[in-house]
Amino acid sequence: MSRIVPPLALTALLLVAWEAACRALAIPPYFLPAPSAVATALAANFPTLTAAAWSTLAVALIALVVASLLSQALALVTALSPIADRAVRPLASVIQVTPVVAIAPLVVIWAGIDHPERALVALAVLVAFFPIFSGAVTGLKSADPDLERLFDLYGATPVQRALRLRLPAAVPYLLEGHKVGAGLALIGAVVAEFVAGSGQVRGLAWQILDAGNKLQTARMIAALVVLGAMGVALHALLEAAERAGLKWWRGR
Amino acid sequence: MVAELRDVEVDYDRGRALGPFSLSIGAGETVALVGPSGCGKSTALRLLAGLEQPTRGGVTRAAGRGETAVVFQAPTLAPWLSARANVALPLELAGVAKAEAHARADAALARVGLAGAEAARPVQLSGGMAMRVSLARALVTEPKLLLLDEPFAALDEITRRTLADDVLALWAATKPAIVFVTHNVEEAVYMASRVVVLTRGPGRVAADVAVEGPMPRPAHFRTGAGFRQTAEQVSAALADGVAP
Repeated sequence: MSRIVPPLALTALLLVAWEAACRALAIPPYFLPAPSAVATALAANFPTLTAAAWSTLAVALIALVVASLLSQALALVTALSPIADRAVRPLASVIQVTPVVAIAPLVVIWAGIDHPERALVALAVLVAFFPIFSGAVTGLKSADPDLERLFDLYGATPVQRALRLRLPAAVPYLLEGHKVGAGLALIGAVVAEFVAGSGQVRGLAWQILDAGNKLQTARMIAALVVLGAMGVALHALLEAAERAGLKWWRGR
Repeated sequence: MVAELRDVEVDYDRGRALGPFSLSIGAGETVALVGPSGCGKSTALRLLAGLEQPTRGGVTRAAGRGETAVVFQAPTLAPWLSARANVALPLELAGVAKAEAHARADAALARVGLAGAEAARPVQLSGGMAMRVSLARALVTEPKLLLLDEPFAALDEITRRTLADDVLALWAATKPAIVFVTHNVEEAVYMASRVVVLTRGPGRVAADVAVEGPMPRPAHFRTGAGFRQTAEQVSAALADGVAP
């Protein structure tokens, strides 16, 4: 209770102050609409905005699945082969440090101008890839060294070691990596829509751009509210999933 | 003879860790390795386990793969496995079918007094219980050579003493050779039929003291004259070994 009340109270206070300021100072609605106007715009555009939110979320989720499979497969290869590890790691870092905005035009050309949704997924994958990959790489090396010695002592094969020791030991790191990766996939999807999006993919970023072009500031903010709510919900869901996963892994 | 180190020397990057050092372990012996920190006693244990190779010198191990077991200072259990699955792990790695491995694991857990805790996860166990699971995992393969690396160092005094008696009772059942590392003189004399004292690092043998008396130890063994005399002898050798 005490965790929910203070932020809600602060939000309510800020909204009241915002509303009062807009009315008292007669601020033009195209510059800063009052919260009541945003609420009206939200209600009026609700079906369009939820459809757009779903479109963005779908891109993020598909990207998360693809990034998850790719990064874990690659992490497993690097865990089994030191040469592959040395070869892959610097390239993975290059992906991490290159801004997605800078790669977007290239990806759009490769994915085909006719398939912008593929370009969006590919860009979101690029963003979500690194945290999962680096979590998996760290996790696969995180097993207790004495447990590793025990596996030596009992003559475990490399496959036994991978399946019975390194993979299970990596689970907490994988959970954490997916939590971060999912959040980044959503951000990546929105950024990709801004850069690569056209009228063909009508996600939330397109809604913001479109409303901005028409100076419908209330609709812009309404789209932002939906985006924020979606981000918070996704984060809460992933936190809960991580906690449940850890509880299952550790037994408590 | 179960295992033997002949004039072994172990060099690390930072210098020599052990040796020249020789030690022969007979069947059914319980040998304590006592010495100051950094004398290489844990290194000697890893040589006996075959987990490390000496820089110079020879190692003979009559106990083959699966016949040597190690208990580390920490329980070293897999947190994602139940007590039963942790104990069954060495058997399953050796290709024993899961059902049989689990049945033998349950029996080993019962031997260390943990019947009823088979399904518990390590996080749910106390330090002493986790150490018993670790002991059960070492015993489940019925090893000829059991190596313990300061196994009770992290436990409180009462738990330590109970576990010492339990180890000796378990030893009486199958009489494996036991080599354990400790820096506690009383524990060494209580649990071992032979105490090997190492000098400060790089460790050499400072003294090899036989401990008289029946195994497992009778009640009040710690207050007997023989126990005190042997403990003082070991303490003196330890002090000599540390002196420059």
